[in-house]
Amino acid sequence: MTLQFGNSDRPNSYIGKTVPRPNAQRLVEGRGSYVDDIVVPRMVHVAFVRSPFAHAKIANIQTDNALAVKGVLRVFTGADLAKVCTPWVAVLEHLKGMKSPPEHPMAIDRACWVGEPVVAVIATSRRAAEDGVEQVSVDYDQLPVVTDMMSALDKVTPVLHAELGDNLAFQRVNEKGDIAGAFAKAHKVVEAQFSTARHTGVTLEPRSILVDWSTAENQMTAYHATQAPHMMQSVLAKHLDLPESRVRVICGDVGGSYGIKVHVYPDEVATAAIAKIMGRPVKFIADRLESFTTDIHARDHKITAKIAVSADGKILGFDVDDWTAIGAYSVYPRTSAIEGNQVVNLCGGPYDFADYRAKTTVVFQNKTPTSQYRAVGHPIAVAITEGLVDMAAAALDMDPVAIRRLNMYADDAYPVTSPANMRFEGLSHHQSMDKLVALMDYDALRADQAAARAKGVHRGIGIATFIELTNPSPFMYGIGGARISAQDGCTVRMDPDGSIVAMSGVTEQGQGTEAMLSQIVAESVGVLPAKVRIVTGDTQVTPYGGGTWASRGAGIGGEAALQAGRALRDSILEVAAAMLQADRGKLDIRDGAVVDNDTGKTRMPLEELGRVVYFRGDTLPKDLPRELVQTRHYITSEYPFAFTNGVQASYVEVDTDTGMVKLLKHWCVEDCGRIINPQLVDEQIRGGIVQGLGGALFEEIHYDDDGQLLNGSMADYLVPMAAEMPDMILGHVETPTKESTLGAKGAGEAGTAGAPAAVMNAINDALRPLGGQVTEMPFTPERILRALGTIED
Amino acid sequence: MTEMFRDKVDINLTVNGEAVEAQVPVGQHAVDFLRHELGLTGAHASCEHGVCGACTIRVDGDAVRGCLVLAAQLDGSEVWTVEGLSETDAIRDLQVAFVARNALQCGFCTPGMLVSAQELLSQEGVPDRAMIREHMSGNYCRCTGYEAIVDAVESVAQQRAGKAKP
Repeated sequence: MTLQFGNSDRPNSYIGKTVPRPNAQRLVEGRGSYVDDIVVPRMVHVAFVRSPFAHAKIANIQTDNALAVKGVLRVFTGADLAKVCTPWVAVLEHLKGMKSPPEHPMAIDRACWVGEPVVAVIATSRRAAEDGVEQVSVDYDQLPVVTDMMSALDKVTPVLHAELGDNLAFQRVNEKGDIAGAFAKAHKVVEAQFSTARHTGVTLEPRSILVDWSTAENQMTAYHATQAPHMMQSVLAKHLDLPESRVRVICGDVGGSYGIKVHVYPDEVATAAIAKIMGRPVKFIADRLESFTTDIHARDHKITAKIAVSADGKILGFDVDDWTAIGAYSVYPRTSAIEGNQVVNLCGGPYDFADYRAKTTVVFQNKTPTSQYRAVGHPIAVAITEGLVDMAAAALDMDPVAIRRLNMYADDAYPVTSPANMRFEGLSHHQSMDKLVALMDYDALRADQAAARAKGVHRGIGIATFIELTNPSPFMYGIGGARISAQDGCTVRMDPDGSIVAMSGVTEQGQGTEAMLSQIVAESVGVLPAKVRIVTGDTQVTPYGGGTWASRGAGIGGEAALQAGRALRDSILEVAAAMLQADRGKLDIRDGAVVDNDTGKTRMPLEELGRVVYFRGDTLPKDLPRELVQTRHYITSEYPFAFTNGVQASYVEVDTDTGMVKLLKHWCVEDCGRIINPQLVDEQIRGGIVQGLGGALFEEIHYDDDGQLLNGSMADYLVPMAAEMPDMILGHVETPTKESTLGAKGAGEAGTAGAPAAVMNAINDALRPLGGQVTEMPFTPERILRALGTIED
Repeated sequence: MTEMFRDKVDINLTVNGEAVEAQVPVGQHAVDFLRHELGLTGAHASCEHGVCGACTIRVDGDAVRGCLVLAAQLDGSEVWTVEGLSETDAIRDLQVAFVARNALQCGFCTPGMLVSAQELLSQEGVPDRAMIREHMSGNYCRCTGYEAIVDAVESVAQQRAGKAKP
């Protein structure tokens, strides 16, 4: 198949253009349908009694008073649900040595973090259920807590799960070459300690699920705010002892995900279990405190790392020691070891060097479980790598752009395998850097910085190159035994009026999946995008697929849509050729009509073909195939992941009196391969950058030594607001992947991957003449004033 | 139950131009009343602390937090939600600009954003980007990074100013 996406004059040229999102108009009119908006007959509500302690034995549960509350119907304990729901163990076989204990939908004998569900109260309203929760009495015997990451493996530290023997969940060393030799021969070695704070996603729509169990139909229906409907179908079926075919997961509008809604949450499985017991619909909508205590957390890493460089600035090696604490259980089914695993896979990613060692140590503690959140591991690996590169440049008195240009893989070096054993099919670090330097007018910005410095204003420029893992193959989860699909499918059909319906296994979380699919289907069939309706998020309707994660929607789901659309086009043309008694090769479909390929002259609108196929099939040759529906699936097979690359820059001003950082401007040039919709890609990048900026400057979940979460509201956990965010200048380089016809890689996480490192380097560029350096995120005013020596103690 | 300790109150108000009579629990928040009793699901409950702005509605001309106002306090008020503002085309230009600029992704914050933006644009003068960013800071968006929202509001501000010129 030869498709020339580069020629913008081609017929039906929608791939590569900004086309409006079909669902946006509905959302601006307030006509979205999120789970909490759905009301079904006989629906009841669940609220949970949650552990107030980080670690406690559950001695006795009194529920009589709760049952006496008006509106309360039933009360369930963990033991009640264990009768209908089997526990899960969140490990993956390819993460060698990983361990985690069985986890139930609600704690049975022991609660292991503040917020773990203990008792469920079911009532006719959420309000009554909450009133019932207040009347449940639980006797807890407090147990010793493990909260500190770095001492979790010490002999004196209590072991959280006795059956595991210690608090180690996973450990891995990724090593290549002669790391000792590299450091021995180095001209300079720079070492630093980094830390990234515990974050959470803060989706504006809290986690939401409404589950119905129809005994009459033997069917479970879950309306779920999720990124992975088919995965949830599989999980609910397995643990509630149902055939997969009798579980239907419907995912309508979702109010923000960012990885938060791709996991299995105990309270959501509990909701399904209760629906099965009660035989009626049960709704669970997390409140904001529940969001902070029970949505997955992420990024809680502490790292000691060093870089070896030669006298002329060549990178000789990286040596990274990463630690992370993941809470009390590994999160099902993706596990909580992936972020650490990504760190050891991604450090040093953009650079051509030989000797590498990275070790991650993943430990249990009595806190909320952590797992995959947007750009999993990337912001950490990029901060380590780019922080060290900038420090090395400063030690060698080199310009930060120059040291990167000296070390980045040449644009013609591909394919190449990195020291971390990552395989790159084709990246564009140098083109991207050239474009960034031009976009930001680097020399002029340096002049502005110097002029400001002369006036006592401390500004800094930070650069961060990065790679990003997208389009994952089964190497990410499937080989570890998880029923998480790396392939995805699309069914495309033509209806009698010539309109097209496309059903896809990838999902819409607001990123523009439906627009992207409508463009691809429109172009591949030959109709206007407005003639294409997209259906996603229903396991009973769409082809089987993985959903939305690891920046796979466009690259995997888009390719399946393209192939299905091309197949439908062929089917239509076969019928058209018979009807018009024309040579099929001389016909094309353009703007919803069959045309002569050479002249573009209209031969027949598609609605005429539809009329004949559906209502007057008797007039067609008896043996003529007339299947106006086609399905195709797509999976990557040549590379485990399609890596993308990019580079970001931040320009900041640091108030050395207050420690406040002002973000003056931000730039990003990235290469996600074929761009399907430039506007949607840009807005993914911008949104991703701001999530990264939040991590760099504001976001941090605080716990005290007893494992109590201290900032469980949006007033206390700070996320970026409009006033403090900069305008962002974006540029693109397109290096399509050769694995697919479409050539698209992912774009959803690049912004988040690089932004924190760019800001860190910018702040340190501002502080360097003053002798200060920060490496502990978020870079709060206090930490900056400590770095400057203004605050001591 | 005595008059002083009633747990339900009667309210009369107009919502999106229509008269509404209801008996509401005294502790019910305005956003829950609109969403669950009237089926007006455009405003969303999110932080439940008056911080994020997803529940913003218009009450007697002001943009207010639906999670901080009780339904009982709406007695005698004129309430507008995104549904009514859409039907009357009162914010059509903002909605067109939001869609054109992709100033929304998941759309959960958008109804609140639109009510806040409309409040800003109802004030004197033409706001610049800094003023727009400041005013919109009571409305959190986790998807867009805000720039597209600022662009959309700015374009409508200028468009309306252009129209207003003699």
